[in-house]
Amino acid sequence: MIRVTLPAHLRTLARVEGEVRLSVSAPVTPQAILDELESRYPMLRGTIRDHVTGRRRAFIRFFACERDLSHDPSDTILPDAVVNGMEPFLIVGAMAGG
Amino acid sequence: MSKVRVLVGTRKGAFILTSDGSRKTWSVDGPFFGGWEIYHVKGSPRDPDRLYASQSSSWFGQIVQRSDDGGKTWHQPGTPPGEPTTAPDGSPKGESNKFVYDVSSETGTPLTTHQWYDGSQRPWEFKRVWHLEPSVSDPGTVYAGVEDAALFRSTDGAQTWHELSSLRSVKGTLWQPGAGGMCLHTIVQDAGNPHRMFIAISAAGAFRTDDGGKTWTAINRGLKSQYELPDPSADVGHCVHRIAMHPSRPHVLFMQKHWDVMRSDDGGESWQEVSGNLPTDFGFPIDVHAHEPNTIYVVPITSDSEHYVPEGKLRVYRSRTGGNEWEALTRGLPQRDCYVNILRDAMTVDSLDPCGIYFGTSGGQVYGSADAGDHWTPLVRDLPPVLSVEVQTLRS
Repeated sequence: MIRVTLPAHLRTLARVEGEVRLSVSAPVTPQAILDELESRYPMLRGTIRDHVTGRRRAFIRFFACERDLSHDPSDTILPDAVVNGMEPFLIVGAMAGG
Repeated sequence: MSKVRVLVGTRKGAFILTSDGSRKTWSVDGPFFGGWEIYHVKGSPRDPDRLYASQSSSWFGQIVQRSDDGGKTWHQPGTPPGEPTTAPDGSPKGESNKFVYDVSSETGTPLTTHQWYDGSQRPWEFKRVWHLEPSVSDPGTVYAGVEDAALFRSTDGAQTWHELSSLRSVKGTLWQPGAGGMCLHTIVQDAGNPHRMFIAISAAGAFRTDDGGKTWTAINRGLKSQYELPDPSADVGHCVHRIAMHPSRPHVLFMQKHWDVMRSDDGGESWQEVSGNLPTDFGFPIDVHAHEPNTIYVVPITSDSEHYVPEGKLRVYRSRTGGNEWEALTRGLPQRDCYVNILRDAMTVDSLDPCGIYFGTSGGQVYGSADAGDHWTPLVRDLPPVLSVEVQTLRS
């Protein structure tokens, strides 16, 4: 099971509390996680990545295993610790005023 | 017994204020969607319990929310709680925030480009929904005015959106954003003619369709934008802030422009200035009395660089002559040390008698008058900065 942590506002939209657990087939990549996340929670479509281009929204970041994965290609294979559920895949709202 | 419901969009959520027909005591519900910018909330004229809200953030983009019970509960159209996440044909739901501009069927590339500040051409890029206008004839049809300026329509209760892209063919390559962005902020329907609609765009102007959005005409003759356009009388490029119309007189339009208050008596074919004795003719909202088609309201703002009321005095101005002759309405409004702004979508009128009028400020106050503007009281004082105010008059 892949563990995904969402920012508070996206948890509200998805009507979930705490971490989301997803079953994602190998290879486990950011794109595969987001595809499954949006399939389970379609109300999140467009809030993390653009509907059409699939590009990450500017103020969204992806972290895992104390690494910033935001600029990695979306088909990058994620670390084993994420794949086996030891560590969560973190979807984070960037720090910005407002 | 009548009931009044005021729908308030703010920088940090939506609020719903309710009162009975006396409009003396108000309850405040909210915030709904706390922390999000709510550009606009509006109810369907055909089904008052159906409300639409435009919810956006710099982080998570655009959301469209719908309520079918007068604002008690909300959902993103296409994804009601507990429903399957795919449609019977397997297509994904949750597309209510998908605003995709039309592309050329031949090339697949963006249909047109628009002008950028440096004179170069840029493709259209969706940013947010400024205004939601439910249809006057069908509760499932709703229009969205968006940034970058375009008009979208949904016929399934905001589940899916499609652009009325012929609007962009009216010299769209010459449109360029103003300081507030290139937004389509005003949608006015002619209740007696479902094929006719008026829209306004910041830094592009006003436009009309007479065939339900298939074709559009620029309606900016008579507007003057001295020092703002190379050709002050150009077809397009004028910074229109707001258009208002009384439903009984759809050929008469009132406009608050970047500078100048204007009037048209021929459906926008030509405009005349009616700023008259206003202390300043810069402002954002303009509205028409519910029962007196020649009584109009504006809120003068100091200047285009000083977005606050003049002299520290919050004054709504009323003309009972359709413009030119204006009186200041001040009773109950702060007349010293007040430096708020009232945005274009933040003033509205109810349909009770006497007519009620409401507006919200950048300081978070919502003021109301139950006697057409003669006396004002704050309905609520300390909300986040107000972006929009709409009202529903409910008759039980």
